[in-house]
Amino acid sequence: MLGWINMISAWAVPVMIAFIPLYAFMKKVPVYESFVDGAKDGFSTAVSIIPHLVGMMVAISVFRASGALEFFVGWMGPFLEKLHVPAEILPLGILRPLTGTGSLAFTTDLIKTYGPDSMIGRIASTVQGSTDTTLYVLTVYFGAVGIRNGRYALKVGLFSDIVGFLAAIIVCLLIFG
Amino acid sequence: MVNKIWLGLIVVGFAFAAIKGDINLVTQAAFEGAATGVTVCFGLISVLVFWMGMMRMAEDAGLVKAISKLLGPVVTYLFPDVPKEHPAMGYILSNMSANLLGLGNAATPMGIKAMQELQNLNPDKETASAAMCTLLALNTASITLIPTTLIAIRLNFGSANAAEIVGSTLLATAIATMAAIIADRWYRNRTFRRTPNPPASPLTLKR
Repeated sequence: MLGWINMISAWAVPVMIAFIPLYAFMKKVPVYESFVDGAKDGFSTAVSIIPHLVGMMVAISVFRASGALEFFVGWMGPFLEKLHVPAEILPLGILRPLTGTGSLAFTTDLIKTYGPDSMIGRIASTVQGSTDTTLYVLTVYFGAVGIRNGRYALKVGLFSDIVGFLAAIIVCLLIFG
Repeated sequence: MVNKIWLGLIVVGFAFAAIKGDINLVTQAAFEGAATGVTVCFGLISVLVFWMGMMRMAEDAGLVKAISKLLGPVVTYLFPDVPKEHPAMGYILSNMSANLLGLGNAATPMGIKAMQELQNLNPDKETASAAMCTLLALNTASITLIPTTLIAIRLNFGSANAAEIVGSTLLATAIATMAAIIADRWYRNRTFRRTPNPPASPLTLKR
């Protein structure tokens, strides 16, 4: 199983890198020119995201550095412990929708501290793997096309984060418990 | 809602720093955050430039269209108001497949490409269309088959069975994705109730 997974993830990108130009060439596409033409869009897209991402990162950074995040975690901890949710996991649930690198660092720390095969390690791995950084995704995707009013997208994203977080805990307790 | 969350993060952060008596934290964190934002974008430049070049080739060769034909029914269900032959369909599918394989780096440019195509169909360029919200919902729930990074980290810390989380992740992610789709449908019906074909309707053209 692991061998298979490693193979697919190692081969997927290289195969695409070789296959797409080859296929395009056979379809008589001027491959290099086509690549450069599309690549230009990539640069302007990346630059247009900068203001959105800077804005979001500033807010998240202030929130984290001030100790507000720790406070909310400490405040909710006892309540979750009653539901048999390990309190150590909670910060991850709050961090995950806010920051990708932050939550990855936190997950790594949990795995290091409690071991990858502990219940906390397994839950942390599952949470990190099964939800995404909603605020980042929203900022980048909508920022790239200049959407200001995201309608209900954020609500749906945060709702699915909560569901994903709880599902990860329940699934892990059931499978590994 | 983004406005409120954004303001909330800053104001609550400010308040906590003030109570703590270390107001300098706010200044420091703000500039650190700004620097992080730019760093992340610069990291994105290489990835975006490369993949968008690759995808232009794929589009010129007709690959994007072929993919959307092949897996059309699923996406037609999720995106009823996007024309079947539209290039957005192909990008949406590439984005979903890249997410499934855990190729985070490749998934983002494809998702952005899909958004740009959906923006072409969007009558109000500053307000998200129903299809855009659905695409975002799918991406925030991030349907994952192989959490590559996590397996690597677990191996690093000497896990006896690093890949054992594949099953639990798949299950949790499936539940989260289902929740996202259901919630998205619910809001979509509520928001666009009187308009079966949102992008074309005059209601969404109120600007």
